[in-house]
Amino acid sequence: MKPEDLEAKAATELAKQKSFDVRLACCSSTGCQSSGSVAIISELKAEIAARKLEDKVQVHGTGCMGLCSKGPLIRMTSKTQKDVLFSDIKPEMAAAVINQVVVPVLEGATIEHPTGDLEKHYLDLDEPFFSMQQRVVLENNGRTDPEKLDDYLAHGGYQGLKKALSMTAEAICKEMLASGLRGRGGAGFPTGMKWDFTRKAESDVKYVICNGDEGDPGAFMDRSVLEGDPHAVIEGMLIAARAMNATNGVFYIRAEYPLAVERIEKALRQGRTAGLVGKNILDSGWNFDFEIRLGAGAFVCGEETALIASVEGKRGTPRPRPPYPAVKGLWDKPSCINNVETLANVPRIMLRGAKWFASRGTDKSKGTKVFALTGKIKNNGLVEVPMGITLRQIVEVIGGGTGTDRKIKAIQTGGPSGGMIPEHQFDTPVSYEHLQKLGSMMGSGGLIVIDDHDSVVNLARFYLDFCVDESCGKCAPCRIGGTQMLHLVDRIVAGKGTEEDIKTIRKVAKAMQRASLCALGQTAPNPILSAIRHFEPEFRERLQPAATTKA
Amino acid sequence: MNTPIEAKTTVAAPPKAAAPKAKDEIAIIAQKWKKKQGSLIMALHDLQGRLGFVPRESAMRLGREMDVPLARIYEVITFYNYFKLEAPGKYIISVCTGTACHLKGSDELLAGLKNELHIDAGQSTPDKEYHLQAVRCLGCCGLAPLASVNGKVYGKLKTDESHYVIERIQQDKPMVSAPQESEAE
Repeated sequence: MKPEDLEAKAATELAKQKSFDVRLACCSSTGCQSSGSVAIISELKAEIAARKLEDKVQVHGTGCMGLCSKGPLIRMTSKTQKDVLFSDIKPEMAAAVINQVVVPVLEGATIEHPTGDLEKHYLDLDEPFFSMQQRVVLENNGRTDPEKLDDYLAHGGYQGLKKALSMTAEAICKEMLASGLRGRGGAGFPTGMKWDFTRKAESDVKYVICNGDEGDPGAFMDRSVLEGDPHAVIEGMLIAARAMNATNGVFYIRAEYPLAVERIEKALRQGRTAGLVGKNILDSGWNFDFEIRLGAGAFVCGEETALIASVEGKRGTPRPRPPYPAVKGLWDKPSCINNVETLANVPRIMLRGAKWFASRGTDKSKGTKVFALTGKIKNNGLVEVPMGITLRQIVEVIGGGTGTDRKIKAIQTGGPSGGMIPEHQFDTPVSYEHLQKLGSMMGSGGLIVIDDHDSVVNLARFYLDFCVDESCGKCAPCRIGGTQMLHLVDRIVAGKGTEEDIKTIRKVAKAMQRASLCALGQTAPNPILSAIRHFEPEFRERLQPAATTKA
Repeated sequence: MNTPIEAKTTVAAPPKAAAPKAKDEIAIIAQKWKKKQGSLIMALHDLQGRLGFVPRESAMRLGREMDVPLARIYEVITFYNYFKLEAPGKYIISVCTGTACHLKGSDELLAGLKNELHIDAGQSTPDKEYHLQAVRCLGCCGLAPLASVNGKVYGKLKTDESHYVIERIQQDKPMVSAPQESEAE
C-alpha cells in the first residue's frame, strides 16, 4: 500500500458507511459475547435480510462500550436522530429492535426513548456514565468493527504511522516526550524518555514488546483495548519501532484472553496483506514484523525482566536492574516494553500532536486514563476519564455510587500493588503523584469499590494472599516476608492477633519494600499498609481481647 | 484456558493419553516451533491445547524433538499455573477468584460447587466428568461473580447457584475451546 492509498481506502469505507441510514454496533468483546452477542448479531442480520433492508441497515461487531454489567450493548446510529444505546438485549429481542425502532426510524420517525418491550432496554447517553467520559484510547469502541482494517482506516487509522515515517527517530521521541505520555501499566515512566533510551542504545537488533499480561485481578482495560481496537496497538508499536529503530516486535498476551489473541492475529494478517505490517511498510522500504507469545498464568510476568524471561521460554523470574531492558533486554538486545494502553495512545498523539494530548490532565499527568470500575458499584464497567478528575466524580457520579442503601467505604486502586483510599479522601484528583501521596498508586487501572459491609482486613488479606501465591520465590524478602506477613494477618483475622503483630507487619513490610528484587515484592505490602494506615480500628477490633485492653 | 491457583501435584503418573496420534501431533508441534528461539512455552500451549494437559511421555518426546532437556520442560510447566500435569475432567469449571468476584461471593460459589461435586478445588470427579478449579481474574468483572466452563462464561451468578451451573453444563455441553493457533513463521 502506498501512503496515498490510506486516504483512498478510508474515503471508500466512509462513503460505504454513510450509505446506510441506520447502523447497529453490537459489542463483540468477551463480556458481551458470553452474554450472547454473537447470536444477537446473527439474529439482527437475519431480521434485516428478511425485510430486505440490507442496503439501508448495517449490523457490525464493535469493541467494549463500557457498561459490561448491562450487556450485551448495541449502539444505534442514524442520520436523522441521536444515538440510542440498547442494553441487556437477548437474541430473541432482535425482531423487536428492528420492528419497534429501526423500521420506524427508517420511515422518518424519531425514537430516542424506546417504549413497550424495549423500554427497560435502553440507556440514556446523556447519563454521566457516558457524558463525563473523554475517550481517546477507547474512541473506536462502539464505533468501529475491530475485525475490519478498513473501518480503522476510515477513522484515521495508520495516519499516525504515515506521519511517523516522514520523521526522524529522534523527532518522534521528542514528540512523545512533549506529549507528557507516561506508562499506563502503572509505574508512570515517561514514554518518550523510555523510547529515547532504547533509541540511543546501539545494536543491530532491537525489540519493541507489548505487555499484554494484564495480571491485576479486577482489571480488564488491556483486554478491552486488544479486543476492541487491535490495529491501534499495532500502529502504536510500529511508531514505537520507528522511534528507536527497532527491528522486531513481540506481543506478550495472557493465555486467559483467547479473543484478544485472536483479534491481534487477525489484525496482523490484515496488516501484512495491506502492506502495513511486514515488508516495505507503506512503500517506505522499511520492514517490521511481529510475533505473538502467550503468557501462562504468572502475575510476576507483568514485570518487564520477568516478561522477557518468559518470552525467552523460561521461568518468569525477574533479574536485578540495571542493566535496564533498554540496554540489555530480550536475548540481551536493547528492548522497550510498553503497556497496551500506552501503545494505544501513541497513534492518536502522532496524528493530533503532542499539544492536543497535553491539553488534558494535570501538570505532570497528561491525557486520559482508562479505569475498570468494579466491586460494589452501580455502573460496573470500563471508563476513560481525563487525568485530574476527582475520585469522587469517578466513583459517585460516573459510577453512580453503590446503587444500594450501603455506603462506599473505600476504593482500591493499583490492585495487589496499590492501596486503599478511604472515602474522605475522594476529592483527590487522579494523577500519578496524588495517588502515590495517598499511599496507593495509579496502577494499571483497576478501581475496586468496597462498601461499609466489606471488611478491609479481609480485602487486605486477599491481596496479600495473592502476592504470596504469585511470588516467584527468587528473592528472600518477597518469598519469606510475604509468607510471614500472611501468617500475621491470618492470626488477626482469626481473632488471635496482638498489638505486637501489627508492629511486626509494619516492620516486615518495610523490609520487603526496600529489599525485594522486583516491583511485586516491593509493592506487595501496599494494600495491608494502607489498610492499617486508614482503618487501624478495624484491625484493633479483631485483636485478642486481652491485647486490646493492654493497649 | 484458565489458571489454577491450587498447587499442582508434582509429577503425574504416565498417562495413557499419549496414543500414536498424539505422538504424531507432538512431531508437528515440535517442527512448528523448533526453529523459533525460545518457543518452548508456545509449544507447550499447543500440546496442552490438543491433549488437555501435558502428559509426562509427551513432555519427554517434545523435549527430544525440540532438543530441550526434560528438566527445563518441567521447570517451565511447574512454574506456570496454566499447565496441567494430570488429565482434567471433561468439563473444566473455573470459578473466577479475581477481586470483583471475591467481593461478590466467589468463595461461596466455589464452596457450593465443591459440595455439589464432592471434590475439592483442583480435583476431578472420579468419573472424570468435572474438574473444578479456582482461577485468577478472567477479565469479565462486570459479570461478577462468574464461572467459565471450557471457556464458556457463565456470568452474573448468584452465590447459591452451584446447582444451576451444573444444570447448564449438562444442557449446553460446552466443548473444550480450540487450541491456540499462534502463527510460527
